[in-house]
Amino acid sequence: MSVTTLPSPIAESRPDRPVAFWKGEGFPLIPVLILLTIAFVAIFADLLAPHDPQIGSLARRFRPPAWQHGGSMEYLLGTDHVGRDVLSRLIFGARVSVIVGLAAVFVAGAIGTLLGIVSGYLGGWVDQVIMRLTDTWLALPALTFAIFLAAIVGPSEFNIIVILGGVYWTRYARVIRGEVLSLKEREFVRLAIVAGCSKRVIMWRHILPNVINSAIVLATLMLGVVIITEASLSFLGVGVPPPKPAWGLMLADGKKGLMVGYWWLTVLPGLCIMGMVLSANLLGDWLRVKLDPQLRQL
Amino acid sequence: MKQYIVRRIGYSFLSLFLLSLTIFVFVRLTGDPATLLVEPGASEADLQAIRVQFGLDQPLYVQYWHFIASFAVGDLGQSFYYRTPVLDLYLQRLPNSLLLAATAMSFSLLIGIPTGILAAVRVGKFWDTTGKIFALLGLSLPAFWVGLVLILFFSVYLGWLPSSGSGTFWHLLMPAFSLGWFFAAAHMRLTRSSMLEVLGSEYVKLARLKGLPEALVIGKHAFKNALIPVITLAGINLVVMINVAIVVETVFAWPGIGRLLYEGITFRDFPIVQGVVVIGGAMIVMVNLVVDIFYALIDPRIRLES
Repeated sequence: MSVTTLPSPIAESRPDRPVAFWKGEGFPLIPVLILLTIAFVAIFADLLAPHDPQIGSLARRFRPPAWQHGGSMEYLLGTDHVGRDVLSRLIFGARVSVIVGLAAVFVAGAIGTLLGIVSGYLGGWVDQVIMRLTDTWLALPALTFAIFLAAIVGPSEFNIIVILGGVYWTRYARVIRGEVLSLKEREFVRLAIVAGCSKRVIMWRHILPNVINSAIVLATLMLGVVIITEASLSFLGVGVPPPKPAWGLMLADGKKGLMVGYWWLTVLPGLCIMGMVLSANLLGDWLRVKLDPQLRQL
Repeated sequence: MKQYIVRRIGYSFLSLFLLSLTIFVFVRLTGDPATLLVEPGASEADLQAIRVQFGLDQPLYVQYWHFIASFAVGDLGQSFYYRTPVLDLYLQRLPNSLLLAATAMSFSLLIGIPTGILAAVRVGKFWDTTGKIFALLGLSLPAFWVGLVLILFFSVYLGWLPSSGSGTFWHLLMPAFSLGWFFAAAHMRLTRSSMLEVLGSEYVKLARLKGLPEALVIGKHAFKNALIPVITLAGINLVVMINVAIVVETVFAWPGIGRLLYEGITFRDFPIVQGVVVIGGAMIVMVNLVVDIFYALIDPRIRLES
């Protein structure tokens, strides 16, 4: 077949696409390495942590990091107000952030993408209802709304995931709906209708694969927001319940040593949050340009 | 025009209705609301008394009617802890929140607008990159952590600024900066894109053709026009700030609405939590309405569009 051997003009215009997706210009290497390190640490926390993150000894409270006067190699990054090892808590805290962050972004993405597709494709009163609901939820300040929900259902890791998912789906719904509106006018969707596909099949098989790129880009950009919100909720005492090691919770505990200058309890967990959020944002910015030119305006 | 405004007001009422419904449903979804309305550890008889007093033994639609009827007249219930109406507590704290938000807004505009203009005038150059990094940091650092680090430096190590409380100008500096930085990033981005758009417009080209000095073109012709969307966003953000200041207010023990909400959470004072959320949501719906109507008044394209 001679047709298949013809060089495709599309492939020619983007020669680098199949060869090196990640070798393109501006690939955020350092952020990706940071995220991979955090993921690695989260997975192997049990093996990496030198101490139990939840058990300390009061005799060893407020030890400074090893390089400061009074520090020891046993507690590399010092100990907190009940003598727990800060390094171990940071390592296990990565696990909480990764689990909560990814799960919440996934829940939000699933709800938002589903509603966005249904709203955009079906149109009519379904669209009206979903979009008015989206407007209303956007009107609520996300953090306050999350606090309100957390205050009702009580703090737990699972609840936090559901709450964050339930608060942050609106942005997905808006963007995905917009894309579906233009997708449903395209040839392949019309052909599917002519071929007799049901609405459910069209939405699932023909629309969804075409919006999944945007959903992934949004998810990466939302990861940072979700992690900051989780840290804020934990800091306020309505997030991850103590004594579980979460970075936001460590910052709340760190306040006990702040006024006497025990900086490691405040600075270190914050640096971890910053590293993760900054990396996720940089990766998201890059993905946005790479995967989805339509989203560049976001 | 009239039609547009009427429809826009209709949407706002619909939003308020959905807002109240959302809150009503969530409170009931998770169990017996009576347990939220009494102090923890209350007896079964107390619970029953509360159910009767608040009409929680009645059908849902009657309950909902009472719920919005009392909100409509400003009755948000009574705080368990302070034993005073929630609305009074809210209004007491509001001036502090406004003061903090206004100062934070000044910071964010003072930082955001000049960097945004510089970035737009020198696209891709040093200031553009610096501005981008600064904005990215503002969006990536939790505001409360910025606050904690500021306390560490300026209160603990240097001893220059008070670490918490309120009363003087010095108390205001650190909380306002922590809160303002996050918004500075948004204002910078918008100023930059708005300036870029205006700089490409016909009237700026004309101003340049006339041979006006570049400073005058940017300062007078471009800047003034580019400022409109930024000021609009700043107006909306002022209301958002009042509502998201909770973590910053907690860090600095600033006696605003966020602090009230935090106390509501820690003392399990549910009417306060609910009241702050309801007023916050209603405020944002209202601001959006005002902005939309204002835009329709000054820009005929909007009101003719639909």
